Amino acid sequence: MNTIIEVRDLTFSYDDGSSGKPVIKGISFSVEKGGFIGIIGHTGSGKSTLLQLLIGLLKPRSGEILFDGEDIFSKGYDLKKLRSRVGLVFQYPEYQLFEENVFKDVCYGPANLGLTRKECELRAYEALKSVGLSDDCFYASPFELSGGQKRRAAIAGILAMKPEVLVLDEPTAGLDPAGRREIMNLILKLRKERDITVILVTHSMEDMASCAEKILVLDNGQIGYFDTPAKVFSHTEELESIGLSAPAVTYIMMELRKRGMDVPTDVIRPEDARDEIIAAFARRKA
Amino acid sequence: MKSIVLGQYYPADSLLHRLDPRVKLVSTFVYIISLFIVKDLPGYICVTVYLLAAVILSKVPPVKMLRGLSGIIFLMLITVIVNLFTIPGTPLLSFHGLHITVEGVYSAVRMMLRLVYLITGSSVMTFTTTPSALSDGLESLMKPLKIFRVPVHDIAMMISIALRFIPILSEETDIIIKAQKARCADFDSGNMVKRAKAFIPVLVPLFVSAFRRANDLATAMEARCYRGGDTRTRMKPLLYSGRDYLVYAADLALVTLCIMTRVML
Repeated sequence: MNTIIEVRDLTFSYDDGSSGKPVIKGISFSVEKGGFIGIIGHTGSGKSTLLQLLIGLLKPRSGEILFDGEDIFSKGYDLKKLRSRVGLVFQYPEYQLFEENVFKDVCYGPANLGLTRKECELRAYEALKSVGLSDDCFYASPFELSGGQKRRAAIAGILAMKPEVLVLDEPTAGLDPAGRREIMNLILKLRKERDITVILVTHSMEDMASCAEKILVLDNGQIGYFDTPAKVFSHTEELESIGLSAPAVTYIMMELRKRGMDVPTDVIRPEDARDEIIAAFARRKA
Repeated sequence: MKSIVLGQYYPADSLLHRLDPRVKLVSTFVYIISLFIVKDLPGYICVTVYLLAAVILSKVPPVKMLRGLSGIIFLMLITVIVNLFTIPGTPLLSFHGLHITVEGVYSAVRMMLRLVYLITGSSVMTFTTTPSALSDGLESLMKPLKIFRVPVHDIAMMISIALRFIPILSEETDIIIKAQKARCADFDSGNMVKRAKAFIPVLVPLFVSAFRRANDLATAMEARCYRGGDTRTRMKPLLYSGRDYLVYAADLALVTLCIMTRVML
């Protein structure tokens, strides 16, 4: 596995000059090609800021971000090209739809890359298909679609640029459970099909536990933990003290153990919990 | 989050900050009228004293005030040049058929001073008064217009809401621009037409969101029984105190003195 993004000692503050309070305080981490990184952190911990830094929408006070070995903040670096390779889906991306129909809107990104019209339309069609929007939505006004459909159209707008890294800022916020499941399944499907690297910000610990390979915990602009989900969620108390939590199933296992059942407490996925509980009953019988 | 300063309010604790907004509005109005009454040195002295007193009492750094003038440098330059060369009178200098006259110099200086005083004076008000206080003051001052069925309260409410929405919409614009940049939008290259067109993907979502927010706000206001108009009371009613009357007296003195310089000298 080779590294695709490397963040080195990154510091950022919204105020000019060195006096302002930094939002990102000297963080370093790296993302492997094809990996799935989850970012969690309380509101205002700097998650969205970090994502915007990743595609050069903000300039850091110090530090660097290497994409494919090149510093994206160096002079003359082609940010447009970077943004086509690292696709950032903003929070509530459906509010950025603007064209008269969904298909045209999805064409906007590829058109900005200077592709031919035919190529744009091919990519748009492919992207809309892969997010699972049905054909009759293609020529509907983006404002006529349902919340989940709009969100998928907006994600298609990013996918049409064929990014190698897909960065999503709370893609399931404000959706109903069915919509959330659809979007999470979509992300997993895309990753499998296109072999893309995913960086996902979410408040759902359950999604993190079931999807992410590594979790980055941000606390006040600093990295709290950067480890596998099982290890990160074993720090239940520390997570709670910074306004986060472990997945619900972990709490169930902890409670079961407290009541005398012989189960491990480092379980983070419901399927694993089921297996562990069955195993515990089997042990008890034997 | 970035804090967005509305207008150019400069927070400080000064006599001028504590004045009733109505007084500040009236005083600015009186001051501007006086500025157009005066013509000679004694008159300008009166206005200068009044302005200096206001600037000192406001506790706003004078540098900040002068910075506001940078926006009208071009206008000032044109005014000075036009006045210098076009006023007939005793010639002072002449070259290439253009004449500078003594009267022209006087007039140019007067006009420039008038412009500088106009901007500085009104910025004293905007530096020391929050936009919401200004719209409150305006509403109170316009009350007499109700006789002519002018919807004073509605106008004031519209002004306050408009002011309230400026930071929200500017933040929203920022996010939309970034989101479109993430889709490789290019706002900084190409000719004028191309650049203007590049902003369509920003303006459409912005308008949609403005309407959505307006709708939400209307619902929220109705949910809290807003019906507009006369039955509403204020949380902080505007009340005159001693210092407000003192400033009114100073206004009266200023305008009287200015008229006297015109009539008697």
